[in-house]
Amino acid sequence: MSELTSGPALLAWLISLPLLGALTSIALKHGGRWPALAVVIANLGLACWLLASTQSAPLRYALGGWEAPLGIVLYADTLSAMMIGITAFVGAVVSWYSLDYFTRDSSSERTFWPLWCLLLTALNTLFLSGDAFNLYVGLEILSLSAVALVTLSSGLEAIQAALRYLLVSLMGSLCYLLGVALLYQAYATLDLALLAEVSGSGMLERAALALMVAGLLLKTALFPLHFWLPQAHAGAPAPVSALLSALVLKATFYLILRLWFDTLADAATQMGSLLLGLLGCIAILWGSLQALRAQRLKQLVAYSTVAQIGYLFALFPLLNDPRVAGAAFDSVIYFVIAHACAKGAMFLAAGNILTAAGHDRLADLRAANLPSAITLFALAIAGVSLIGLPPTGGFIAKWLLLQSALQVGAWWLAGVVLLGGLLAAAYIFRILAVCFDISPPPAAMQPSSQGAIVSAGRQWSALILALAALALGFLAAPVLDLFDANLVTD
Amino acid sequence: MSTSLLFSLCGIALFLLGLYVALTTSAMLRRILAINIMGNGVFMLFIASAYQRGEDGVLITDPVPHALVLTGIVVAVSATALALTLVCRLHELSSASHEGPE
Repeated sequence: MSELTSGPALLAWLISLPLLGALTSIALKHGGRWPALAVVIANLGLACWLLASTQSAPLRYALGGWEAPLGIVLYADTLSAMMIGITAFVGAVVSWYSLDYFTRDSSSERTFWPLWCLLLTALNTLFLSGDAFNLYVGLEILSLSAVALVTLSSGLEAIQAALRYLLVSLMGSLCYLLGVALLYQAYATLDLALLAEVSGSGMLERAALALMVAGLLLKTALFPLHFWLPQAHAGAPAPVSALLSALVLKATFYLILRLWFDTLADAATQMGSLLLGLLGCIAILWGSLQALRAQRLKQLVAYSTVAQIGYLFALFPLLNDPRVAGAAFDSVIYFVIAHACAKGAMFLAAGNILTAAGHDRLADLRAANLPSAITLFALAIAGVSLIGLPPTGGFIAKWLLLQSALQVGAWWLAGVVLLGGLLAAAYIFRILAVCFDISPPPAAMQPSSQGAIVSAGRQWSALILALAALALGFLAAPVLDLFDANLVTD
Repeated sequence: MSTSLLFSLCGIALFLLGLYVALTTSAMLRRILAINIMGNGVFMLFIASAYQRGEDGVLITDPVPHALVLTGIVVAVSATALALTLVCRLHELSSASHEGPE
């Protein structure tokens, strides 16, 4: 029994608990939300514990006592602990929002909770697993549950988007798996730590890295592989959009980071980093321009995700530069957590507006049929963080990025980031302008668009995520200390 | 050319064939099948990696890839099931919306 309560066994609990929650939630016909909620809260506690215990040294746990190369090893350093932590936090707030979002005991509510627990299982697996094939299984659980969650809004467009998302995800996973197969042929091991020791910089490693990263890029929706994202994220129900944009994309990004800078670091080339950086820059500009042109609020927020993913990759050339790698890593992690909070808040607030107004066409929205000031306040703060204005988490991330870009003389990068900030301001103000528009709505809109009242829980949960993005602006030093404690970067 | 290499190349060829069809066709059922063929290509590559000759020329088989492929098949079956369900749903919805307004 002591084995199950020892420190490293925590890693196994982080995966098995959400899985148990999903199964219990399916088994209970009514009230499946309660086991799911219990799991979400327990997961938050475990995540805090993990953050605390990885401060001294990384945790390592061989499942069932089977050591690598044959067994599967779970591994957590401060980077994985940060990702688990932000997932647990955003997940908990979104769960609170979902309590009021879905009608009690409707079929969509009964399917939401088990699927969300499965999604959490997959996310935790991806952050903790140290085995290349186990990661593949995690990726597939992630895409299957994410696709099923998108189909909860049962319209024709949502199903189309979900099917496209599924096929794209499957192709991405298979590209990743082909890379794994190549590595297995060469080294006969799937353990990432062992691979990091033995792998060199030959053609085979490069091909494997390229395949694995290409597959993951497809899932992370880096320009030009983002084509599936706007429909899938905009078409899903609001809490699902928040989970997909804030967390699911970050999981595959985390894997790219691990492979590129840790497991197959020798095979990663400067040219490759530069290419990813350039694609990131194009993504920033293209995503922002599309967000400016979007007709609907949720589409706008989804395109903003395309742009924000661009920032993560724009940092790749800096991460490869030994002079600024430390600051660039801080910047990446800050972009990830600040975007998770801000984008989560934004999608939840957009969901409130959709419910209150009955539609989300930007041209027809007026101040009169918007929900109360709490939602709009959340929207504004989250927007400020996405633009990157002080004093928000988005500002700290951008500041670190600009500082390191200027330090190595990457002026083009600094220019793109500043331009991206301006464009973000433009599309955020498109939304905020609606809040002050007191002109009467178009006559055609009047009869059918009587929306529902948005409950207080839904409004406050959006605000809490937005306030978290704001708090990140003040808490930069302690948060980065948590992250820097024992990071292994080479 | 060794047996293992032959099977590896076949696997990669299958993967590429599947990828080509998945990217070029617009029929959903064909795309789902093509993605399954991509998967089979990868599985073949895994199986080929199990086939090794020891130092004295005796055939040794590595059991790990077999376990991996079995898991992979389970994943592929469930993914295909979800994809087919979505295609059915899409078909129902689009035929309903065609008949709806009339």
